[in-house]
Amino acid sequence: MDFVTTIRGSWQLLLSGLGITVAVSLIAIAAGIVIGFVSCMMSLSKISPLRVLAQAYVWVIRGTPMLVQAFIIYFGLPQVIQQFVPGFTLGAFLAAAITLSINAGAYLSEIFRGGINAVDPGQIEASRSLGLSGGRTMRRIILPQAVRITTPSLVNQFIITVKDSSILSIIGLGELVNHAKVYVGGTYQFFATYVWVAVLYLAFISVLMLVSRRIERNLNRDKDSD
Amino acid sequence: MTKILIENVHKTFGTREVLCGIDLAVGVGDVVCVIGPSGSGKSTLLRCVNALEPVTSGRVVVDDIVMTDPKCDLNSARRNIGMVFQSFNLFSHMTVRRNITLAPMDLKKMPAAEANALAAELLAKVGLADRIDAYPRQLSGGQKQRVAIARALAMKPDVMLFDEPTSALDPEMVGEVLTVMKQLALDGMTMIVVTHEMSFAKEVADRVIFMDNGLIVEQGTPQDVFSNPKEPRTQDFLRRVSQAG
Repeated sequence: MDFVTTIRGSWQLLLSGLGITVAVSLIAIAAGIVIGFVSCMMSLSKISPLRVLAQAYVWVIRGTPMLVQAFIIYFGLPQVIQQFVPGFTLGAFLAAAITLSINAGAYLSEIFRGGINAVDPGQIEASRSLGLSGGRTMRRIILPQAVRITTPSLVNQFIITVKDSSILSIIGLGELVNHAKVYVGGTYQFFATYVWVAVLYLAFISVLMLVSRRIERNLNRDKDSD
Repeated sequence: MTKILIENVHKTFGTREVLCGIDLAVGVGDVVCVIGPSGSGKSTLLRCVNALEPVTSGRVVVDDIVMTDPKCDLNSARRNIGMVFQSFNLFSHMTVRRNITLAPMDLKKMPAAEANALAAELLAKVGLADRIDAYPRQLSGGQKQRVAIARALAMKPDVMLFDEPTSALDPEMVGEVLTVMKQLALDGMTMIVVTHEMSFAKEVADRVIFMDNGLIVEQGTPQDVFSNPKEPRTQDFLRRVSQAG
C-alpha cells in the first residue's frame, strides 16, 4: 500500500498507457461526432433507405456489448477479410479506435436527434415564414440551438467514451488499465496501482470537463455563430 | 384589386374537419380581422395563407401566386408574406439585430451595413431603437412581439398575417403592440389579423370575419358585425366576449 514507491516504479508505464487512453478517446470522440452527425441526418432524412440504415446502425450498436463488438472487429473481422486478402491483420489500436468510434457515433446520433427534435417548432415556423428554405433553417436556426440544448449530454457521452476505452484493454490495447495490469502482475501492488489509475482517469476527465464548460459558457453567451 | 384569394379551402386533421370550405377575398390595403371562438379554425385559415399548413383541398392565391400549387416556390412566395405569431418565436440565439437582418442578408444578399441600417429603421418604427443589441430573453413580451413585427417587415412584404399577436401578452403590454399594428394599417399594409381584441377590430378593421366550426358564419364592416350581428351564433359569441371583458 505504498503509494510513493508504486508511482515511482510505475509512472512511465502508467503515463504511456494514459497517452494511449487519451489518443484513442480523442480519436473516438472526433470520429464519433462525424459518424453521429451523419447518422442523425440520415435518420431524419425523407429518403427511407437512409433512415432505415441509420436506425439499424444505432439499434445494433446500442443493443450489443462493446466487448463483443471489439471481439468481432479485432478477432472476427480479420478472419473474414483474410479469405479475400491473405495475411490481413488489424492492429489492436486501430481495432480499438474503430470500436470506440462506432460506439460513440451511435449514442451521439441519438443525442443529436434528440436535440434537433427539442428545438421549439415555433422557431422553425418563424424561419420558414420568412422564406428560409428547410436546409437554411437547419443551418441557421435548428443546429445552433440544438448544439446548446445537447451540450450537457454530449459532454456526458465524451466522458463515457473515455471510460469505455478501458474495456479495450481486453483486446490488448496498451492503454492505462492494460499497463496497470502489467505493473501489478510483477509487484502485486493492487491497491496503490489502481488508485493511481483512478487518479489519472479523474485528471483527464476533469480537463475534458473544464474545456467543455468553457465551450458551453461561450455558446450560452448567446452570440450568433457568424 | 385582390391581394389574397381563398377559394373553397378545406382542411382536415385526421378525421376532424377544421376548415369546411372557406371563401375569402382580401383587397390591396385591406385590414381583415378574423374573430371567433377557439377551435373555430381561424388560426388554421391564417396558416393556410402562407402554406405553413398545407390545405386538404381548395386554392389560395397571394399576389397571383398560387400557394396551393404543388409546384409553387413557397420559399420565394413567403418572402412577400410577413407573419407574426402568438408566441413571438424570435430566434433565441440571435440578437434583435440579427433576428431582423438574417432574412434580408441570407435571401436578398443585402450587404451588412444596409441590413443594419434597415434594422435600426424598423426598430425605430416599433419604438425599440435602443434594444438593437439585446437578446430576446432580455425583452418583455410586448417588446418581443414588436421585434417580431420588425423582423417580418424586414423582407418588405406586401401582406402581413397576425396570429393572435396579443394573446400571450400581459394586459399592460397589449396596447404597445396594437399601436404598432394600427400604424401599419394606416401605412396601407394588407393585413389579416386573427384576434380576440374586439376594440382593435372595431377601430382598425375594414372588414370583420366571424368564424365558427370551420366556416365563415358572418362578415361585414365592424359596424355590421359588432352593432348589428344577424346570425345567432355571432350574437351569442359577442355577448359572451363582452361579458368576459
